[in-house]
This record gives sequence, structure tokens and C-alpha cells, in this order.
Amino acid sequence: MANLNINGKTFTIDVEPDTPLLWAIRENVGLTGTKYGCGIAQCGACTVHIDGVATRSCGVAVSEAEGKLITTIEGLANDGTLNKVQQAWIDNDVPQCGYCQSGMIMAVAALLKDNPKPTDQDINDNITNICRCGTFQQVREAIHAIANA
Amino acid sequence: MNKHVAPQLNRRAFVIGSAALGAGLALGFDLPFGGPRVVRAADGSPEVNAWVVVRPDDTVVIRVARSEMGQGTLTGLAQLVAEELECNWSKVTTEFPSPGQNVARKRVWGDYSTGGSRGIRTSQEYVRKGGATARMMLIQAAANEWKVPVAECTAANSIITHKPSGRTTTYGKVAEAAAKLQPPTDVKLKDPKDWKLIGKAVKRLDTADKTTGALVYSIDLKLPGMLNAAIKDCPVTGGKLKSYDEAKIANMKGVQKVVRVGDSAVAVVADTWWHAKTALDALPIVWDEGENANVSSASIAKWLAEGLESGPAYVGNQSGDINAALAGAVKKVEAVYNYPYQNHATLEPLNATALYTADKCEVWCGTQNGEAALAAVLEGSGLPAEKCDVHKHLVGGGFGRRGQTDYVRQAVDIAKQMPGTPIKLLWSREEDMTHGRYHPITQCKLTAGLDADNNLTALHMRISGQSILFSLRPEALVNGKDPATFAGLNPSGEAAIGYSIPNVLIEHSMRNPHIIPGFWRGVNVNHNAIYLECFMDELAHAVNEDPLAFRRKLMAQHPKHLAVLDAVAEKIGWEQPAPQGVFRGIAQFASYGSYVAGAAEISVVDGKNIKVHRVVAAIDPGYAVNPAQIERQTAGSFVYGLSALVYGGCTVKHGRIEQTNFDTYNSMRIGEMPKVEAIVMPSGGFWGGVGEPTIGVAAPAVLNAYFAATGKRLRSVPLRDQNITFA
Repeated sequence: MANLNINGKTFTIDVEPDTPLLWAIRENVGLTGTKYGCGIAQCGACTVHIDGVATRSCGVAVSEAEGKLITTIEGLANDGTLNKVQQAWIDNDVPQCGYCQSGMIMAVAALLKDNPKPTDQDINDNITNICRCGTFQQVREAIHAIANA
Repeated sequence: MNKHVAPQLNRRAFVIGSAALGAGLALGFDLPFGGPRVVRAADGSPEVNAWVVVRPDDTVVIRVARSEMGQGTLTGLAQLVAEELECNWSKVTTEFPSPGQNVARKRVWGDYSTGGSRGIRTSQEYVRKGGATARMMLIQAAANEWKVPVAECTAANSIITHKPSGRTTTYGKVAEAAAKLQPPTDVKLKDPKDWKLIGKAVKRLDTADKTTGALVYSIDLKLPGMLNAAIKDCPVTGGKLKSYDEAKIANMKGVQKVVRVGDSAVAVVADTWWHAKTALDALPIVWDEGENANVSSASIAKWLAEGLESGPAYVGNQSGDINAALAGAVKKVEAVYNYPYQNHATLEPLNATALYTADKCEVWCGTQNGEAALAAVLEGSGLPAEKCDVHKHLVGGGFGRRGQTDYVRQAVDIAKQMPGTPIKLLWSREEDMTHGRYHPITQCKLTAGLDADNNLTALHMRISGQSILFSLRPEALVNGKDPATFAGLNPSGEAAIGYSIPNVLIEHSMRNPHIIPGFWRGVNVNHNAIYLECFMDELAHAVNEDPLAFRRKLMAQHPKHLAVLDAVAEKIGWEQPAPQGVFRGIAQFASYGSYVAGAAEISVVDGKNIKVHRVVAAIDPGYAVNPAQIERQTAGSFVYGLSALVYGGCTVKHGRIEQTNFDTYNSMRIGEMPKVEAIVMPSGGFWGGVGEPTIGVAAPAVLNAYFAATGKRLRSVPLRDQNITFA
């Protein structure tokens, strides 16, 4: 059994402590916005915030996540109001297939929290998620649009 | 509501003629005592016709048969229907009619296949007619209600106006009546100059749920009582599953069943996928790998190299007398290139959920070919079409991979062994990387002859390697020849070479290793464009001519090819010097009915690594339905193509693919990819594809720039094998 604090709620789930947080979130908690892409922390599709830090949840064991504040894409909006990153993604028509975008949005939200006006180099250094559709220039434009709003 | 409308004598003829009778299977009929029939959507709203459902609140539901995998076809097709329908775009939504419904209704929605950049161009006419027909019926219904001549009525923005009286009504108010009318037979489509929505960069219709995690891709599906399956297929294609020791994992947590899948795979079914995968990894499996286990990249390369020199070859383009022309050439240039296997690596790994019972089999999946997926369900379940269906989800990346149905068939095979239990089969990334339908492997020897004035008089291209159609669609071979292997090199047609050369021979020595090939975004264009466009660059340098000027001399008879080439040259500033330390490359190609060109500015760091500073790309797709989405497809194709050029390449050792995940098959990140300055320049009069054509010029533009920067010609893909990476 494990207790996970996700999006402000505590979930008590029957899961082995070494289960990757990604799979606990998707299968035991049932929040499927966090995506499986590689399982080896390469692609970033599973990015969540753990105590505010963008983290690839496939590489974190449930036991390491207990007692921490976890935010998933479903918890990014505030009382139904989209996070500014989500809104910018809509305004700039960013997603193509969209499968990477949960992780991309979570990574960008964390970056902007720490660095509200990132330079192109800051973006390059901090956003390393894979997008096979190649939405990168819309991602970059949307980040700058948020920063300049 | 139907009973308020007088039945029409010819109603029955219409229903049969429009093939709507079978719709009762899935959509339900409104049958008030033998009166007129209205086909209804699930929520009870009437179909005006198969493409258009109008709800009482004026919401217009547009049916989309093709798949949406990020390429924007869903939005583009809706624009085509809505243009003719004259509906309020802000109240448009879409839905996928299921493949089973399509079969039941005698394929009223036509072809579901979504590949070959055909999503819009091969359905544009009938979907526009669907919109126009619905508009005419809605206007007719209003005219009938008002008892006025239909010619006095017009429609715009879902509002119908009777011009003389100024009276108005809305589509939602007359949809019931319109649904009962006989559709007109004389349907005229708008003149393109009158388009208001086609050609407009409207936003996609499917974005919001992609930003909140709410969108249910098939990997996210939850069904009551559903179990999860993880699978391993024989690592060597063509090998078999010999045995496995189920007892070793029977007591592992969550494990429900271990099943054979076909003759080459084994799956573990468990409560969660994580449990299934963990148990599968612990399952002792014995494979009969077969003779393909002796194959390696080296043995394939040797076999293909032999094909460059001798043996039979299919001819794709021939004119003049190549032998005489080469013999008489003042200067000859020769080069050998190669292109490797590539995995699609869709970010959503392959998955499908199947529910089988004795009298029904349903599958939920992302697919690029709903009808092929349905066929796989039929084959796997053994049930007839009316007892099978496929529920299409938005696709988390396709690029050609999800046009195949191997994963659908596996899901059905597993579900059939557990009747009544929905089974979600999910491939691990490792399974996905090692059991792809790979971009075919080829080599190419090019020989050119030039005369004393540096005119290109002869071109011989001999491609040696794999045919996709041989493996996947043998019925499409023409006397053994795979015509698709000559994409972009044909003498004419929708993928024609853009140069006039008096003596040409382009041929294909077909050699099919055991690795199963597939349609990988751009398909044969990827290697053909590198071969031709890098070699053209070589020829220009061989005669000390500017690569653009050298090409232009050969393109007078190919104005559409030339126009896109000139457009990128102008935008990148080809005639002006590049910034210090920055070098340019250029390329053009035509495929899928569109004309494209690309130019890149790069610098080379540490003597070998590539920093891409600028990319300019132009596309003439004839008509541009949504320029914003075309720009995105253009940019995305460069990311996909350049990832493959530098990081990609799948190698074979002991008969199996060596790359297992993104650590060994990497993909470009945001910091490695500059903005693609896309030039969408529709010249009108034809419908070209968009998703694939531009990928062809991505690699040659960069490779040609690399030569400009270093004097070193790179003729082998991927570059990582030559220790070259992105700076």
C-alpha cells in the first residue's frame, strides 16, 4: 500500500513500492493524462511536478514519491481555469497528435515558474521532451507569448 | 416529428440509392408507422446526409472518415464540408463514423485509409459534395416551410434567408425536415475563387483536450472488467515461439493468464499493464529463431551492393540511350549512397483493446486505416462483418505505422482466448522499436555524363533494396515491379522528376531482406530525394557551378518544380553571402502531387557536428486548405526527417533490430531545431498532399550544406554512424 498526494488529494493505492510512479498514476489512481512514451526517462511524455519540480515519472518509484506533492496535467488547471501554459497552447494551436503535450506542458509550466521570461537558450536547456510530430516552433512561440503577455 | 411531413413517393428509392438502409445496425431509425425514415445520430439529431448532422441548437456535426494523427486532416476535411455547407464554423464539431457502420452502409463514407498524404486530396470532392448537398436540402426545407421558391433563399453561417421577405431561420430548425427530403442530383461545387473557409488558417478543432489530459487516446481507454496485456514477439522476424515456462510467473502479482499469440508471440495478461510487463520480463521464453538469425546489417549491405552492379532490375524511368550517352560523355561522375531502416517510433506505443464474445468482437484503437483494422478483427475473431466493429481514437502519432494492423490482430487473438473480458494490449517501447514496419533499406549507385559545356546529358540511377509493396501489398506490384520505389523519379505524374535530361535510366534491383518494411512518412521519397538531390549537388560542384544555377538550367520544362525552388532560394538569400561561418544547401523534389523545395543554413562545430541555423521550405500543394496546418506539417516533417538523418537508422544483428528505445534511437529536441520558415504557395488547379512531401528535401538540404561547409560529401545515413551529431 502507498499513499500518494496527487493534485491536492490523497490516494491510498495497493501497489508495490518499486512500481514506477507513472504506472501508479495511470493504472492505480486512474489519471491517464500522464503518458507512457519510453519508460526510461528519455522522452518526457510522463512529466509531472514533484514538489514543484518537473520530473519524469517513469523513473521515480512510488516509494520515492510518497509524502511529496505531485501535480499531474489534470491538476494544472485551477478550479476549471486553465493554466496559462494550457491556454497558450490553445491560443497558439500548438499540439499536433498531442500525445507528448501533457509532458511538454508540465515541463514548460515548471520552467516558467522558475524563470518567467526564458530566453531561447533557457528553453533549449530546459525543455528536452521528445515530440515526434515536431511542434517545437509552436512550443517556443507559445512560451514567448506567455512571457510577453 | 416525422409524422408532420408528408411522405414523398420516391423516398424509398432515395433510401436504397443512398445506401442508408443498413444504418439501422448502428445508428437507429426513426420509423413512425412506415413514414419517411430519418437516419439519426446517437443523440437523436437527424442526419441531413451521411456527412452532416445538425442538432436543434445549430451545432453541426461533420463526419470524418479519415484518421486524425496530428496532421490536421480532421480540421481540413471539416473545412471542406463546411465551406459548401455554409454553416457557422464556430459551432462545428466532428465525429468518426465507425468502420463497421461504413460497411453496413455500403461504404457511404468511402475510403478510411489515411496514408500517402491522401487524407484530403482523394476525398475532397465527395466531402465537398456532401456539404453542398446538405446545404441545398436545408434551404429546400426552409423554402418548403415558407412555401416560397427555393431560388429566393440563401444560406450563410447556418442561417437561411428568404431574400424578398427578409425572413430567416436556422439550420437547426429545419434539419428534421431537410433530412426527409430527396437529395438533389445536380450539385455544383463553388468556384475556388469564392471559397471563404478553404484556404483559411483556422485553428484545429481537436486541441483543447490535448492540453488538459482529458483526451482519451486508445492507450487511456478504461472498460469495466478490463485486463491488460504485455506481449513479446520473436525477436527475429520469421522466427517462432517454441515454449515458455508459465509456472515461473504464475504466482506473480496480478497475473491472470499467459497466452500464445499466433505462432510467434506470447502475452501475459494481468490486472495492470505494469504487472503484465513485469511478469513477461520474468517469463522464460524459448524462441525458434530460424535462419533469419544469421542476417546482419553487414550481410544485407553486401547483398544490396551486389544489386548495384548486376542482376535483373525493374525500370522506372528510361529515355534516350544511357549507355551511348555515358560512353560519349566528356565528364563522368559516379557516387554510391545508402539509406537505412527507420522506425516510426510513434510516441504513443502501439496498442489496441479488444472485447470478444461468441457473437461480437469490438476493438478500440488508434489506426490510420479503420477498414483494415476491421478486416483484422474479422480475421482474428472469425465473425462476420456485422458482428465486428472498430472504435477509432485520435492517434498519438502514426507516420505510417498505424496503417498496419498487426497489433490489432494480436489484441483480438488474446481477447479470443478470454471471451467476455476486454483486453488492452500495449506494446512496450522496446517491443515497438524492435517489431516495426521499417522504412525500407536501399543503396543507390548514380552515374552521370556531362558534355563539354557542362550540360547534364545522361543520368543513370540504380537503386538496390527493399520493396514495401512486395511485403505489404503484393497485389499492387506490376509484373513484379514496385512502382512506388520510383517516387519522385518518374517521367511524369504526381511524383515526377523535375529535370529534363536527354538520356535517363532509373532502375530498381529488388532485394527483400527479412525485416518487414513499411510506409514511413515520405516513404521512398526519403532516400530517392537524398540520392538525386545530393548527387545533383555533386554534379554542380564537379563542373564548378552554383548548385541552384546548375539545377535551374535543367528545369525550364518543370515550372512548378522551379517555382518552389526559386521561392526558397529567394527567401534564404541564396544570391547574397551567408553569414560568416554559415553554409547553405538547397534541394527540390515532387511527390504525393505536391512540389516542394528546402534550403538550410548550417555551421559545422568541432569539425563535424551540425548546427542548423535556418530552414526555409516551400510547398505548392495546388490548393491549400489550411495554410497554418500546412506550415506545421512542413516544420514537423523536417524534425522527423532530420531526426532520422542524424540520429536514426535501425541496424540488424543476429537477425534482430538492435535499437530498443530512444536512448539508441534518438529524436531531435527543441534546442536542435530552428524555426522552419514555411512558404505555402498554392498555385491552384490541383490537389496535392501535405503530410509527407516536404520531408524529402529536409535531409538533402542539410547534407548539401554540410558539403558546402566542409568539402566532405556524406553519402551514408545515419550520420551518427560517422560520429556526426547535432551540435
